[in-house]
Amino acid sequence: MTTGQPMTAADRPSRRESRLDVEQIRRDFPILSQRVNGKPLVYLDNAATAQKPRAVIDTIQEYYQSYNSNIHRGVHHLSQQATEAYEKARVKAQRLLNAPESREIIFVRSTTEAINLVAQTYGRQRLQAGDEVIISAMEHHSNIVPWQMVCQEKEAKLRVIPINDKGELLLEEYEKLLNERTRVVAVTHIANALGTINPIEQIIEKAHQYDAAVLIDGAQGAPHLPLDVQALDCEFYAFSGHKFYGPTGVGILYGKGDLLDSLPPYQGGGEMILSVSFEETIYNVVPHRFEAGTPNIVGAIALGAAIDYVSHIGLEKIGYHEDELFRYATEQLSGFPELTIIGTAEHKASIISFVMDDIHAHDVGTILDQEGIAVRTGHHCAQPVMERFEVPATSRASFAFYNTREEVDLLVEGIGKVIEVFK
Amino acid sequence: MSLLRDLYQEVILDHSKSPRNFSQLSDANRKADGYNPLCGDKVTVYLKVKDGVVEDVSFKGAGCAISTASASLMTQAVKGKDLAETEELFKSFHGLVTGQAEEGSELGELMAFQGVSEFPVRVKCATLAWHTLQAALEKGEATVSTE
Repeated sequence: MTTGQPMTAADRPSRRESRLDVEQIRRDFPILSQRVNGKPLVYLDNAATAQKPRAVIDTIQEYYQSYNSNIHRGVHHLSQQATEAYEKARVKAQRLLNAPESREIIFVRSTTEAINLVAQTYGRQRLQAGDEVIISAMEHHSNIVPWQMVCQEKEAKLRVIPINDKGELLLEEYEKLLNERTRVVAVTHIANALGTINPIEQIIEKAHQYDAAVLIDGAQGAPHLPLDVQALDCEFYAFSGHKFYGPTGVGILYGKGDLLDSLPPYQGGGEMILSVSFEETIYNVVPHRFEAGTPNIVGAIALGAAIDYVSHIGLEKIGYHEDELFRYATEQLSGFPELTIIGTAEHKASIISFVMDDIHAHDVGTILDQEGIAVRTGHHCAQPVMERFEVPATSRASFAFYNTREEVDLLVEGIGKVIEVFK
Repeated sequence: MSLLRDLYQEVILDHSKSPRNFSQLSDANRKADGYNPLCGDKVTVYLKVKDGVVEDVSFKGAGCAISTASASLMTQAVKGKDLAETEELFKSFHGLVTGQAEEGSELGELMAFQGVSEFPVRVKCATLAWHTLQAALEKGEATVSTE
């Protein structure tokens, strides 16, 4: 505290209430109790995919054991049950994002598919030669390539907001990029390779001054930050189920209802139509227009269970715990002179990317794995970020609310081993 | 630690820290780039081949300890060998790192890579330089990728 005054007891209660019972939480995640290479598993690869609580695993099993059936249009009991559960999951996602209407929630396969959907519908419909799409220098490949594809097709320009050495967006440069030809601004909420939390409120507001639509890649954001798409006022927000403690193969795209209504379909097939003849097809209403074919029914329902689980704990509390771990880990890892953290933004989520003098990330990863510690090593599908920081690859530890201070200590011990091996 | 010590043997650590033949060969007549997109390892192998013999060989690049040491030891092992011997050496080396070593193969210092067979995800690191060498020999100029 800068005032030099000790924290009084009266300051504390709200913080104390916000403490998680991590031991209790860990019992909800069966996978965490195993040993890897003879050591207790320390799972710090949450930014790649998060582990699943028993509630999610049980939901999947229950679906297949008792009401597996295809949804919509079925008149029989199981189909109605499955349809109801699927649509309930949509409402859960709606509440999570505070979207005005449930039809604004589209089930997709992943964040990647969500971004492709927007690029191929909104992008193809609205972009003309000479128009511009703005992304940032800290994007995951999945928020680069879909825009490159549509820009190439439409002869539109892809422009990139640069970042500083801490891994923060240069907002004044962003403002210079915005102009009357800007149609789309697509940026990440939290950068997967750097951990930076972007000031998306500001980004959205500035884009709207030029009537540009904004897509937020929430793959890393949604599992860690409370969300309100109405307050944000973004046109699109996308995230993946599997990073949100749900299953793989399902994701969410939120889009403003009026906007979605005006867009052409993404894929053709069943479910996305109202009527089909060989002369003409009438497309279904939103969201079904964007959900061609039998969707990942169990995935959606289980994601609903994950949303329930996370909401029950509360993203505020989760954020507080993760931030504490992140600060502790940053402080501990900074003690190694051989280690450099890549991404030191003022506002950061619980992701620590680092490089070590003369020791390649791949070697770090192998040695930590021998200690039962799972981290990600490589370019994290963000090659432009690696180039920006002139590193071939980084090691990345990313924390979830089930991680503990003891696990941070084990990571630090593991880094000590890495240094020892290479001495 | 013993599995790790098997993987990161002294000779491997030594070659990764001070790689031999680590330069661009000025009179090379064959060259190939190798890339492992998974971990970002990059290697360029330069060769001077005359009358079917590898007269000189060098490499440049950046990678993990296993891939750098492998490239370094490879350059030492193939220098002076003819093309058939080089091919045979790669075959033996590949067998070694994938745990299918053949009896009586003459690998010398390359035996240091035996520990790699316990780490299947690292096999690509150990073989990247060799695949690149093979591409340079076969095509004269090429780019190979492990993916």
